[in-house]
Amino acid sequence: MPDQVGLELIATALGESIPGSVLETTFFRERAAVHVAPESVRQVLSTLKEDHGYRALMSVHGVDYYPHEPRLGVHYELLDMGRVDRLSVKLRVPLDAPNVESVTPDWPTANHQEREVFDMFGVHFDGHPDLRRILMPEDYEGHPQRRDFPLGGEPVLFTHNEVSSPGWTR
Amino acid sequence: MDPVSTRSEYRKREESITLSPLEEQLAVERDPSGGVTEVLTLNIGPHHPATHGVLRLLVTLEGEVVRDLRPIIGYVHTGIEKTAEDKAYWKVIPVVERMDYLSYYFNAMAFCGAVETLLECEVPKRAQYLRVIHLELNRIMSHLVWLGTSALDLGAMSMFWYCFRERELILDLFEQSSGQRMHTRYFQVGGVIEDIPLGFEEKLREFIAIMPGRVDQYNDLLKRNEILLQRLRGTCPLDEESLLALGVTGPLLRAAGNPWDLRKAAPYSSYEDFSFKIPVGTVGDNYDRYAVRVAEIYESVKIIEQALDGLPEGPHITADRKVALPPRHELATSMEALIHHFKLVTEGFRPPPGEVYYPIESPRGELGCFVRSDGSAKPARVHMRDPSFVNLQATAAMTRGAYIADLIATLAMLDPILGGIDR
Amino acid sequence: MEIIRQSIGDPQSFRERGLRARDLLRGDLEGLELERHVEESILTTTLEKAVDWARSNSLFPATFGLACCAIEMMSIVAARVDVARFGFEAFRASPRQADLLILSGRVSIKMAPVVRRIYDQMLEPKWAIAMGACSSSMGVFNNYAIVPADKFMPVDVHVPGCPPRPEALMHGILKLRKMIQDDPDLGWRERYGAVGTEELLPEANPVVENPGA
Repeated sequence: MPDQVGLELIATALGESIPGSVLETTFFRERAAVHVAPESVRQVLSTLKEDHGYRALMSVHGVDYYPHEPRLGVHYELLDMGRVDRLSVKLRVPLDAPNVESVTPDWPTANHQEREVFDMFGVHFDGHPDLRRILMPEDYEGHPQRRDFPLGGEPVLFTHNEVSSPGWTR
Repeated sequence: MDPVSTRSEYRKREESITLSPLEEQLAVERDPSGGVTEVLTLNIGPHHPATHGVLRLLVTLEGEVVRDLRPIIGYVHTGIEKTAEDKAYWKVIPVVERMDYLSYYFNAMAFCGAVETLLECEVPKRAQYLRVIHLELNRIMSHLVWLGTSALDLGAMSMFWYCFRERELILDLFEQSSGQRMHTRYFQVGGVIEDIPLGFEEKLREFIAIMPGRVDQYNDLLKRNEILLQRLRGTCPLDEESLLALGVTGPLLRAAGNPWDLRKAAPYSSYEDFSFKIPVGTVGDNYDRYAVRVAEIYESVKIIEQALDGLPEGPHITADRKVALPPRHELATSMEALIHHFKLVTEGFRPPPGEVYYPIESPRGELGCFVRSDGSAKPARVHMRDPSFVNLQATAAMTRGAYIADLIATLAMLDPILGGIDR
Repeated sequence: MEIIRQSIGDPQSFRERGLRARDLLRGDLEGLELERHVEESILTTTLEKAVDWARSNSLFPATFGLACCAIEMMSIVAARVDVARFGFEAFRASPRQADLLILSGRVSIKMAPVVRRIYDQMLEPKWAIAMGACSSSMGVFNNYAIVPADKFMPVDVHVPGCPPRPEALMHGILKLRKMIQDDPDLGWRERYGAVGTEELLPEANPVVENPGA
């Protein structure tokens, strides 16, 4: 992990090359994270890849920060294999405008992962070659991993006790 | 309610016989002179004996050559990450174990590691060594199941019985240490749930003594077998650059020549104390993927032996009573222990708010666990970066231009575990 | 499932039986002797019982591994808990050739129609075992993504466990075998009036518009 100083240097360099991108930096439990504005995420990732050597995107995942606004977050975990450095790039989008530019053209690994974030959270990735639901059936309504989506579940029912169980339509 | 009229386009397409989004494109592209090239879109799965779980592939074939491939997943999606948000931290462990169902200790390790980082909790040395022993045993077991089922796919059916014979030995060891064969909730936040019983060490030493000989037996059967060589050597290679771009890690990347292994690069849980080698391939074809995994079994046996020889004395779980349960005999004498036990069992511990991503090296690649804590007793988000989920994207790149038989062999060498892919 | 062993008896009676069998083959055995011989050495039964016995001892399970329970199902084919000693090692891939569906693993909502379709394609008589906690009841995960098997297909035997030990699954299969041998009233089939379940065929000439979504 880059230490705190290294993180600040990276954040400053990013802020200079892409103005308005870096909102905040966090250094928590020896892990560095950069919070960026959603519009600039693709440029930020490209800059980190070319200029700072974070050439591997390990994970793209979503978080729902309910009840704090803006609610939906997308995290990108970057890895520099040469120096064994990890950096997280985090962004947050509100529920009514959940659009983020897709990084799939630059990082093919993000293909299925962005589809999963779309499926589970509803974040729309503009420019994604094939944005469909990946884990749920394609005509499913709702985004299950959001915090206000109910957990669901069924009462346990067996074939032999369906007549006596209440609520089972007959 | 008339079910037919409310069916969506998706459902109608699923129940239709022709699925032709790719046919038209490719038929036109391939033959500009105006002749008709027949291109067939074949649906493989989700119920198919050779797809290692419920994986569905839409394969576009020209004759027997694969032109394009689209995996469709989600057939065993269990909403584990959502269930995990509803449970206290230690109750998440059995739920999260069931994601990548062949490497359950690794799932638990990733999650426990993430929570321990959040809590800044020290894991005692003995617990770390015990964790390493069980992790490497699980790695061997996962590779054995992979070897057995892959050989079955390729037609070498007897390998299945040989590999499962050894797997039973390993499961006996797991049963001895934790009481369960699979999905043992042996790893807990702060250490392991129980120290190993008497007799575990002897049985483990017996296992270490015979295992390399058994792997030699497998090599005798397969390594220079003409059919295996013809089927695996030179088929579906993919170079390192493409693999890295696709985010592939683990034995697949090592087969292409990149010795990236988190156990050596960013050691966790005392892996730096052990000396072992990383098997690396040269070409990156199916044969290298096979050879790398079999060689890894030898290395894992070495690690277990070193861990067992160097097993330090000490507690098997952290002494921090706010995180780990006190030993039961203390409950009778100490009031504080009783209160701690009560609080931990009813409510659970509360990590400070924060987000952590903890990656480890599972038998399939980098398994990372992202945990977000909001200060309450239940995690606010648990996400596993599953290696099979990311590795699956490489299938299309690997199999373009290969025969169907090579596709089956490649799928076998890819070692996808659908539980991890779908979660 | 007891194995009844009958002793051969003393050498004299064994020789007598051998001589009687030789006479039978020659056509020399008649009358009372013939009757007694038939009673002693030939098993008479009803056709149904014989057919049930044959069916129960040659179940062809369908390879239907969904999740973790599939690994334990593979273990019963392996050497320690050997399912071949009962005759069930021939796992058929095609549902048309199988008569036992071992639902091993969690059934998600995307998979449920597929399972149902495969169950429909199996020919009568067919049985189903819901292996593990997830397919019988919701198991460890009681949430939006899983369907208990009883909701969409009838199940004969539920095997609990997470995952059930291979011995437990074996016990479930043998219990099913006993059920078939005893030719039970086939419980759920009578209640539903279901002798054969219908196979859902796709619509003829489907119109696929804009399929490239």
